[in-house]
Amino acid sequence: MNEARHPLRLPGTAVLAALAMLFLYVPIIVLVVLSFNASDMTTIWTGFSLHWYAQALGNDTMLVAIGNSLTVAAAATVLATAAATSAALGIARSGGRVRTAVEGLLGLPLLIPEIVTAVALLMLFVLVGVRLGLMSVILAHTVFCIPFAYYPIRSRLAALDPALGEAASDLYAPAWRRFLRIELPLLAPGIFAGALLAFISSLGDFVITYFVAGPGATTLPVYIYGMIRTGITPEVNALSTLLLLASVAVVAIVFRSGTTPANQTRGEKTS
Amino acid sequence: MSTVRTSPGLLAAPAALFLIVFMLVPVGLMLYVSTLERGAFGGVNWGQHTAIAYEKLLFERDLAGQIAFNSDYIAIILRSFRLAAVTTAVTLALGIPTALYMASLPPRRAALMLFLVTVPFWTNLLVRNFAWILILRNGGPLDSALATTGLVTPPLDILYTPLATGIGLTYSFLPFMILPIYVALERIDRRLIEAAFDLGADRWRVLSRVVLPLAAPGIAAGAILVFVPCLGAYVSPELLGGGKSLMIGNLIQAQFGASRNWPFGAALALVLLLVLLVALALLASVKRRERLAS
Repeated sequence: MNEARHPLRLPGTAVLAALAMLFLYVPIIVLVVLSFNASDMTTIWTGFSLHWYAQALGNDTMLVAIGNSLTVAAAATVLATAAATSAALGIARSGGRVRTAVEGLLGLPLLIPEIVTAVALLMLFVLVGVRLGLMSVILAHTVFCIPFAYYPIRSRLAALDPALGEAASDLYAPAWRRFLRIELPLLAPGIFAGALLAFISSLGDFVITYFVAGPGATTLPVYIYGMIRTGITPEVNALSTLLLLASVAVVAIVFRSGTTPANQTRGEKTS
Repeated sequence: MSTVRTSPGLLAAPAALFLIVFMLVPVGLMLYVSTLERGAFGGVNWGQHTAIAYEKLLFERDLAGQIAFNSDYIAIILRSFRLAAVTTAVTLALGIPTALYMASLPPRRAALMLFLVTVPFWTNLLVRNFAWILILRNGGPLDSALATTGLVTPPLDILYTPLATGIGLTYSFLPFMILPIYVALERIDRRLIEAAFDLGADRWRVLSRVVLPLAAPGIAAGAILVFVPCLGAYVSPELLGGGKSLMIGNLIQAQFGASRNWPFGAALALVLLLVLLVALALLASVKRRERLAS
C-alpha cells in the first residue's frame, strides 16, 4: 500500500510520534553523554574521558553488588525458566478451567503493584523466619521472573504444530524422549527469549529487592539507589550507561529471535 | 506411563505452587496483619485484633484519646490518584497518535520503531528516573537551554516538585501505553477500514467510528498498565518528588521503615489492591461490551 495514502496515517500523528521518541530518548542521550564527561561537575561538559568507568569498575563495594546481582539473576532465571517451561507444556495439554486458573495465577506478579508484592513478601519472610539475604532475594525475584519467562515460551508453543509431538508418541517415543528430542529443540528460541527477559528483569529490579534484601545482599540497583541518595557523582552515570547497554543488547537479541515482547500479548497469532 | 498422560496439568504444578506460596499467601497474610495491633517495637501482636489501621486512614487520636479527623493520609492518597490520572491522560494523548503512526509504517520501519519503544521498557527504572534528575536540576541542561531563550530566568526549581514526579511517571510508563495500543491496531482487519473508506467515510470518521472502537481493548489495557503502577509508584516520587509530593508507595514504605507500623502499611497496600481490582473490573466490562458489539 502507498505509504502516504495509508488509512491510519493522519495529519499530526507523525509530529506527535516524533515528540514521543524525542521524549523517550533525550534523557538516555543526556545520561550517556555525561558519563563520558571529564568534569566532576555532573552537568557541565569539559571533555571526553573514560575516567568514571574506570572509577566505577575499580570500586570494590560495587563489584560485590554486581556479583550479587548476577548471582541472584542467574538463580532466579534458572528457577523461573524451568517452572515456566514446565507450566507452558502442562497448560497447553490441559483443559479450559485449569488453563484459566493457572494462567491467571502466573499473570499475578505483573498485575499486583511492585510495592505491594514487596511488603507482602517482606512480612512473609520475617514472620516465617527466612533470613533476609541472597536467598530471600532469589525467591522474590523468581516470583516476578516466572511470567516474563512464561509468555515467550507460550507464544512459541502455540505456534508449534501439535502433530509433531503426536507423531513422536505414535512412534512409541516415551514422554521424556518426546520432550528432549522434539519439544525442547523446537521450543528453544522461546525458552531462550523467556530466560533473557527474566534475567534482565531480575537484574533491573529495585523496589522488591530494596525491601527483601537485608544488609548483606545489596544488588547493583540498590547500590546505585544509595549512591543517588548520598549525592550524585558521574560514577552513577557510567554505571547507568553500562546497565542501559545490557538492556539494549538483551532486547536486540530477543527481537532477532522473533519472540518480541510486544508479541507476548498476541499469543496464538505469533508465528 | 499412563499417569503422566492423564494429568498433564501436573507439569504446571511447580509454577502454580510457587506463586501460591510466594504471591497469594503473602497477600492473605497482609490482609491478616492489617487487622492486628502494632507491636511496641515494630512487628505485630498476634491475636490482638483491632481496626485501628483502617481508622488511621481518616482519623487520629490525640494524647487524651479523643478522635479527630485527619486529612494527611487522604491528601496523599488523593495526590497519588491525581498524578496517576494525569499521567494516564498524558500517555494516552501521546501514545495513541504514536501507535497510529507506527501501525501506518511499512513493516521494516515499524519493527525498528517497535524496537526503539521497547528498549526503554526494559531499561532499569532507577536509571531512567535518575536521568531526569540530571535534566531537571537547577543548572542542568533544561535550565541552561531555557535560559538562553531568555523567556525564563533560572533557576527553574522543577526538581523535587509534583511536576517532576509527573514527568518521571510519564517517562517511566509511556512504553506501557504505546505497546498494547500498537498490538491492537495491528490486529484490526484492514478490510474493515477499506470498507469504511469505500462507503465514503473520511479519515477522521474512519478513526472515530472504526479504528478507535476496534482498538478499545488495547487502549483500555494500556490505560490499566499505566494507571496501576503509577498509583503504586515508589521510585519516581522518591527520587524526583522530594518530600513535598509523597505518594501511597512512599507512605507504605515508611510504615515498614522508620514508622514501624506494619498493620497501617498492610492496610494501605490493601487499599491499593482494592483500587486495582476495581480498575480491572472496569477493563473486563469494556472487553465484554466489545465482545457483545462484535
